[in-house]
Amino acid sequence: MTVSASPAVANHKWTLRRALLVYIPLVVLAMIAVGPLLVLFFNSLKGGQEIMRDPLGLPDTPQLANYAQAWQRGKFMTTMRNSAMLTTGSVLGVCAISGLAAYALSRLRVRGANGVVTYLFLATTAPAPLYVIPLFFMWTRLGQINSLSGLIVIYWGILSPFGTLLLRSFMLSLPPELEDAARVDGAGELRVLLQIILPLSWPGFVVVGLITALGSWNEFFFANTFIHSQGLKPVTTSFLAFQHQHSTDWELTSAASVITVLPIVALFLMFQRRFISGMIAGGLKG
Amino acid sequence: MNRLRVKTPWSAHAARGWLFLLPLMLTTIVIIVVPTLATAAFSLTDWSGFGEASFIGLENFRQLARDAGFLQSLKHAVIWTAIFLTVPIFMGLLGAVLLSLAGPLQTFFKLVYFIPVTLASVINAHIWRSLYDPFRGVGAVLAGLGVSFLENIAFLGEKHLALYAVAWVDVWRWWGFLVVVFLAAMQAINPELYDSARVDGASAWGEFRHVTLPGIRVTLLFVVLITIVGSLNVFDYVYILTQGGPAGATEVPVTLLYKSAFQKFEAGYAAAIGTTMSFLSGLVLVGYLLLQRMGWEE
Repeated sequence: MTVSASPAVANHKWTLRRALLVYIPLVVLAMIAVGPLLVLFFNSLKGGQEIMRDPLGLPDTPQLANYAQAWQRGKFMTTMRNSAMLTTGSVLGVCAISGLAAYALSRLRVRGANGVVTYLFLATTAPAPLYVIPLFFMWTRLGQINSLSGLIVIYWGILSPFGTLLLRSFMLSLPPELEDAARVDGAGELRVLLQIILPLSWPGFVVVGLITALGSWNEFFFANTFIHSQGLKPVTTSFLAFQHQHSTDWELTSAASVITVLPIVALFLMFQRRFISGMIAGGLKG
Repeated sequence: MNRLRVKTPWSAHAARGWLFLLPLMLTTIVIIVVPTLATAAFSLTDWSGFGEASFIGLENFRQLARDAGFLQSLKHAVIWTAIFLTVPIFMGLLGAVLLSLAGPLQTFFKLVYFIPVTLASVINAHIWRSLYDPFRGVGAVLAGLGVSFLENIAFLGEKHLALYAVAWVDVWRWWGFLVVVFLAAMQAINPELYDSARVDGASAWGEFRHVTLPGIRVTLLFVVLITIVGSLNVFDYVYILTQGGPAGATEVPVTLLYKSAFQKFEAGYAAAIGTTMSFLSGLVLVGYLLLQRMGWEE
């Protein structure tokens, strides 16, 4: 077959080359990303002997009982409740604290607002080792070790600076005329915030809520340092203890892993666009 | 345009503004500012964490400078930084360039690359602990297939491999984030720049080198900042996977800090480690801000 150098053919050749050059590495990278997750999922459905024989492949017959057993032995009823409380408390608190502060920084003329913004940037980059030790002994004094509410307050302090910066830039993009009319009608600032700004900036709040949920659900360092009592541990730190106890029962620890990540992965897949934009805005935090 | 403004005295406005800022300032001051100042103060004492503390000046820092374990942990943090400044950034750039050419499947691949970013560190650690297992992991499976170069290697147990094995787990959950960050930055580049580069006969590499890289330098600089600060203060994966072992082969400054403060009850000494690491992080931050000031972003 003779090939004429018509544009269509050139284009076709280019597409084929592109398919090879672009899609092969894309698929390789995708395998790197999800291959280990697939192995985890397969292993969570295998029998104990089967993992010994074939630790990477598909399960012969899916053992759903692994999940029931992991749920029970891992005390997920308790740890899920703890994590849910930590996450809910963090999300509500961070949204409230950041919403109030962002409103002040974007809509009210606050003296020193620029200084506050710099302060918040520094706070988001402050590494935990800088403040964890005195915080630990302070919390011990205050009886806040082994207290979910004590840990929630810590998450407020760590995550609110980021939430404030994100909501501030969101609120700055709203036109200022909106609330002027309400102010003329004599509405107080809190009412302006709740009735006018809040409904308009809810996408910003969703992003802050998602990032806070991800951050507090997955958080390890502070949860490990401040919660020692078994009955109060969230899913992450209790998983570590569970894994040490059952270090040879991969099917159980794998099933427990899947249970642990499922709520966040579901949330991520539901809100992936907002999640990703929020993570980009949040940098390291989260 | 004549807009109606409610006349409120400046001071009342300002006071109300600060009222709205109060919860934020209160929580951050209690959680971050006060403990930060206290860390600096403790670092000058021999405090155990309980009871009396006496002022010992710079003695903790003098000891740190001679502490072979600490110096080794610093070396590990430097190796960690070097790994994170290269491997995930390379993978992130590669992924972002490929995604920008991927057409309709872009969103799908982006999602796939991002999933590990959303998982908890304990879970990622568990996954890789299984894959690294010398008897049931990837090495054993490959050996079963006749490929034996990874056979019987306990990645997390070998002194010369453990740090890299732990770092890879963290790289694995991190690079997908960089893909997405770099892609967002690349999409903000003016497409005309690419057109004119093409007119000038630039190769694909030339386009990347002279249009893409300069176009994302603001993002790249920020990523370098958070990479260095994050690497100096790395903790989670080391603590979860090896606790600094075997024989200190993966010990990093923050695992040392953790052990000193909460296991050996040498809070003063641990505070000196925290102060040192924060000072180093602060230097990096100052460098970043200086580059910004010098107009590097324009």
